[in-house]
Amino acid sequence: MDFDLMITSLPKLLGATVVTLKLLSASLFLGLFLGLFFAILRLNKNIFINKFAYGYSYIFRGTPLLVQIFIIYFGLGQIEYLRTTFLWAILKEPYWCAIIAFTLNTGAYTSEILRSAFQTIKPGIVEAGKSLGISNKIIFYKIQIPIAIRQSLPAYGNEIILMMKGTSLASTVTLMDLTGVAKYIISTTFKPIEVFIVAGGIYLFMTFIIHNVIKYLEKKYSFQQ
Amino acid sequence: MELLAFGKTGWGDELFYATLMTIAVSITAMFVGFFFALIFTPLKLSKYKTLNLVGNFYTTVIRGVPELLVIYLFFFGGSGAIMYVASIFGYYEYIEINAFITGSMAIGIISGAYSTEVFRGAIQSIDKGQFEAAKVLGINKFGQFYKIILPQMLRLAIPNLSNVWQITLKDTSLISVTGLVEIMRQSYIAAGSTRDPLFFYSFAAVLYLFLTYVSMKLINKLEVKYSRGY
Repeated sequence: MDFDLMITSLPKLLGATVVTLKLLSASLFLGLFLGLFFAILRLNKNIFINKFAYGYSYIFRGTPLLVQIFIIYFGLGQIEYLRTTFLWAILKEPYWCAIIAFTLNTGAYTSEILRSAFQTIKPGIVEAGKSLGISNKIIFYKIQIPIAIRQSLPAYGNEIILMMKGTSLASTVTLMDLTGVAKYIISTTFKPIEVFIVAGGIYLFMTFIIHNVIKYLEKKYSFQQ
Repeated sequence: MELLAFGKTGWGDELFYATLMTIAVSITAMFVGFFFALIFTPLKLSKYKTLNLVGNFYTTVIRGVPELLVIYLFFFGGSGAIMYVASIFGYYEYIEINAFITGSMAIGIISGAYSTEVFRGAIQSIDKGQFEAAKVLGINKFGQFYKIILPQMLRLAIPNLSNVWQITLKDTSLISVTGLVEIMRQSYIAAGSTRDPLFFYSFAAVLYLFLTYVSMKLINKLEVKYSRGY
């Protein structure tokens, strides 16, 4: 065991954790809206809209995240037309490509989580709202969405942790996130176990925090059964 | 389409063999995972706190750390660890482990953590009376497990194991970083040599979708088979 290496690599790895957290928070924030949008489309009665939303979630859940990042980072640059538009400023940066890929991926999972949460809302709740003369729009925003969010908290907590692990793939498109820096230190020092313990410890610490925050929120927003 | 032709002009046969490699790694990893689950599930269900701790340590660490980091640990540390063990037995030559073994071990340990959780949940949801009834009938421990508990457990575990299979199948794409030529690595090579990454990575996505689709269909059949009588 090389404890000196563990101590000297800690600040470098903690610095890289900031990149990981930035990637994670940006993609979760955007992914939540995307997921909500597609969950609403899934509940639409129009079969084409419904199938479109299903196709989106099926494709992004059925392929590895690595393929998705590579298509966006390496693949999209190939389209000549894209290079002439303003999008190119975003797509040439690995940072934004990673965020786009993570957002699309987590959006697909989130849409499934929210859809099933919407479907478990008892029809009586919506009917109660209607009989009180509340408009459909307000029933949706003030009644259905809050209940759905509460229902989906446990599953969404898992998704946050999965996404946190997913951000490690940013290192494959040259971003120096926690895994990227860990790999760099391993390949220069050939001390995989020491670096794994430190980097893995940081990841576990983040998992621990997320897990407990979600648990706290579940308790706070639990409704009486 | 000529990019996908079989033979020397296209990448069809290479991608076909790469797909077989992905399937082989996934199946091996799944079995390695079952092996780990077989060890750690009893630990997690044990009466003894220390054994619980060991079981929980395994599942918590593996499920809380990115797959890629575990793969790097195996990729860079695997041959070092084997050589260390070999040196104890007086063998000092350089040993290189095959990328297939490193990959399926790494993915196997990851999928084992998920399988352990699935088996634990399945065993816990079997009615206590089943265990007691088996005991009362004088069936030995071996028979209790294989003839009474296992068939009931499989019925409960198969839907969740199918999720583990999907995760494992998708995780195999990550071992492309170790140089094992599976779908992702082959697409990377093809994309590099033809300068057509969009086509090859999209095709890789199609291959993965195909694999997940077919395996879902097969698992559904298994599910029907094991839940007959319910």
